Amino acid sequence: MQFLKEKTNFNFMGKRKIAALFSGLLIIASLASLLIQGLNFGIDFTGGTMIELAYEEEANLENIRGILQQNGYEDALVQNFGSIHEVLIRLPIIESQNMAELSNRVVETLQAQNTTALDVRRVEFVGPQVGEELTEQGGLAMLYALIGILIYVSFRFEYRFAIGSVMALVHDVVITLGFFSILQLQFDLTVLAALLAVIGYSLNDTIVVFDRIRETFLRMRKGDSEEIVNRALNDTLSRTLMTSITTLLVVTSLFVFGGEVIHAFSIALMLGILVGTYSSIYIASNTVLSMGISKADLMPVVKDDADVSEDGAQV
Amino acid sequence: MNQYPLWKNLLIAAVIALAGLFALPNLYGDDFAVQVSSGRYGKVDLELMAKVETALKAESIEYKRADIDGERLLVRFADAELQLRAKDVLSTAVNGDYIIALNLAPTTPAWLAGIGGEPMNLGLDLRGGVHFLMEVDMDAAVKKALNTYGSELKVLLRDEKIRYKQIQVVGETLTASFRSIEHRDNALLTAEKEFNQVVIDVVEEATAPTMVMTLTEAAVREIRSLALQQNIVTLRNRINELGVAEPTVQQQGDNRIVVQLPGVQDTAQAKKILGATATLEFRLVDNEHDVQDAINGRVPANSKLFYHRDGRAFLLNKRVMLTGEHIINAASTLDQNGSAAVSITLDGKGARAFSNVTRDNIGNPMAVVFIESKTETREIDGEMVKIRRQLPEVINVATIRDQLSKKFQITGLDSTTEARDLALLLRAGALAAPIEIVEERTVGPSLGKDNIDQGFKSVMLGFVFVLVFMVIWYRVFGAVANLALAANLVLIVALLSMLQATLTMPGIAGIVLTVGMAVDANVLIFERIREELRIGNTPQSSINAGYAKAFSTIADANITTLIAAIVLFGFGTGSIKGFAVTLSLGILTSMFTAIMGTRSVVNLIYGQKHRPNLSI
Repeated sequence: MQFLKEKTNFNFMGKRKIAALFSGLLIIASLASLLIQGLNFGIDFTGGTMIELAYEEEANLENIRGILQQNGYEDALVQNFGSIHEVLIRLPIIESQNMAELSNRVVETLQAQNTTALDVRRVEFVGPQVGEELTEQGGLAMLYALIGILIYVSFRFEYRFAIGSVMALVHDVVITLGFFSILQLQFDLTVLAALLAVIGYSLNDTIVVFDRIRETFLRMRKGDSEEIVNRALNDTLSRTLMTSITTLLVVTSLFVFGGEVIHAFSIALMLGILVGTYSSIYIASNTVLSMGISKADLMPVVKDDADVSEDGAQV
Repeated sequence: MNQYPLWKNLLIAAVIALAGLFALPNLYGDDFAVQVSSGRYGKVDLELMAKVETALKAESIEYKRADIDGERLLVRFADAELQLRAKDVLSTAVNGDYIIALNLAPTTPAWLAGIGGEPMNLGLDLRGGVHFLMEVDMDAAVKKALNTYGSELKVLLRDEKIRYKQIQVVGETLTASFRSIEHRDNALLTAEKEFNQVVIDVVEEATAPTMVMTLTEAAVREIRSLALQQNIVTLRNRINELGVAEPTVQQQGDNRIVVQLPGVQDTAQAKKILGATATLEFRLVDNEHDVQDAINGRVPANSKLFYHRDGRAFLLNKRVMLTGEHIINAASTLDQNGSAAVSITLDGKGARAFSNVTRDNIGNPMAVVFIESKTETREIDGEMVKIRRQLPEVINVATIRDQLSKKFQITGLDSTTEARDLALLLRAGALAAPIEIVEERTVGPSLGKDNIDQGFKSVMLGFVFVLVFMVIWYRVFGAVANLALAANLVLIVALLSMLQATLTMPGIAGIVLTVGMAVDANVLIFERIREELRIGNTPQSSINAGYAKAFSTIADANITTLIAAIVLFGFGTGSIKGFAVTLSLGILTSMFTAIMGTRSVVNLIYGQKHRPNLSI
């Protein structure tokens, strides 16, 4: 079976102004939301305590909130997690309390008010200094990844391609962050990992497209830059769709069957894959084209020992 | 014609067969086991094995088999209930000298284990357990060192008959003031001769000439690293006392320690024991002064006011007779009245000192002081500041009736639990500097099991979706890609097992993502082959050109993803690292299976024919 029996001939780059406008609007909305309401950081970054409990009977959230309030935990956030039996309790850093032992006290308090045994499924406590370090390290990791990629792509291709790929990555990261900010989904360590995976994925996609653009520039005698980029995008379209679909299939499986703990992780990945596919075409290629790439920029430097084939392949 | 040389086909087959072999141990389950390992004095040998087996038979607890595996004895049981009963029985049967812990023992057959086949380690999020990140209070370690210098200086000056006004620790320095410049200069000469790890400055002040001692940078570094190392040793001892199988205690950064305790469920107990700073001090009671005066604020110079648990006040000598450091063994027991007590054994130096002091003080009362320090976080001027307070409590005051030496008992503890905890802490040794838990991640056993089930299910289903999709789209070529995908999964599992890497939930996510992305290489190749066919090339040259042209694209795409994965590894903590490891391994193995593996199979199917009809 084939998606596209015949050679397609979509004029991708003809709509690049509209696409740029669309992306621009999305980015502005994302940045605005990030500035105004920020991210709903999980305790990994803010510090605090998170307790996941399973009740044998249906968990009565009102009751649990009441008990916690009476015992001086006014700031506790209580919600269902995964099923009606499971409860997630989040507590911020509380002054003048030994935070490390807080979880034990909370569980004891709740257990004392409950006739059946509570199952402590998970406890996470992150001290304030650890959270701060993590935020800093996360930002740095993102930066290092981008710099590393910038260097590799300029070395393998050309500086315009490097800028194009990084533009696409920044686009993907900002929009994914914006999505988490607008919907106020919880941003924890797993989402950060997903974001870095998205960088990897989106880059993979961009590089494939770039490779084809370079090849097409060298192969096609006629046509202006826009036509050439269009040709390359059409040639890789089938592959782009195939790979996005297979990856989306597994990530969807992760989302549906992987359990509540990695929900946010899989949402970030799903969104990242969609945005990443779009950005390879409309951000990465668009940038390269706007920066005025031409055939002359891509002619290989003539070497004396020219036994390497044209596209650099040696199999 | 497209033909791989025979050796290449054989190599691919051999690699995959080998991978299959090393992935195999993961298919076998685990036995419930009780692990007996040597504590302080015990030896794991056949004698111990016989003892264990007799004890189990006496209680008619059926076990599958018992064997010695290096430094430990593993006894396997059919179910968790037998395992728990056996642990109780063995705890009393082989007491003290051994560490008894619950564990899971892999059921890898002997021939597989013989060639080095082992299953992957499961992370705490999959098997349940506790992860602690503990921070060592380095300032306290430095302060403690300065205090020691302070007392040494006092002794030194006394010996040299140099009079001083005051010696005290101020911030990160030790200052000593004198009545005259002459005294100060003499002291300076003496101190410079004696101490080589400090820098001494003088401060000219008319009323009190002063010298200020500051530790050199090298000395501070040494104190910090010693404090960390000693704390790691103490934590290991304490964990051994708790009876945890396969704990991890590791340094992280220059002031943190990671502790991982698989399978531990009573986190409250673990936290209490690990972070505890409890120790004992023995002091003589000051009988010459009135306690009531001291309560009203007139505390004599050589004494200090302490409170008993029940609220009574005691005036005790400032000089400590004996500290907890000299205790080499402690066990909880019951005294003749049947209340909780701890029996204590001292080291040679402690025993000598203690015997001298008690001999000279027969008939005088002596107090046992239990000291614990607590940490609180307070906000001061918008900054979170940690405050540490020492909470000394008198637990027992008794008249010295005899000269005490190496072995004796202390009483006055609230409960047998307290006696047990105190004995444990005294045995394991004190922490060189206080520690604080700055991060905790506990996964209960039920969630661990759910995570395994769900992780396995999502990998399998995602995998099946992709397989079906590929066959529909690329037919025979799709089936070949599926073979490669399966081989890839086997390779990842084999590598993780061989590296004895730890599989975590994010690690599973990494594998899932790799499955999705591994297909990409094949999609690239197959789309190229289709293109070549479309422009009218022969099937054989299309296959050749498809693989050749897709190669550089695949390499570029994978190397850039690898860069992202490596950055992730470098920055990440535990679980994120797991994700990065599986992702990187997956990228590497998928290059092998998706390019060489599929090519080999495609060549076998179509390579011989002159003009095959490609099913793509």
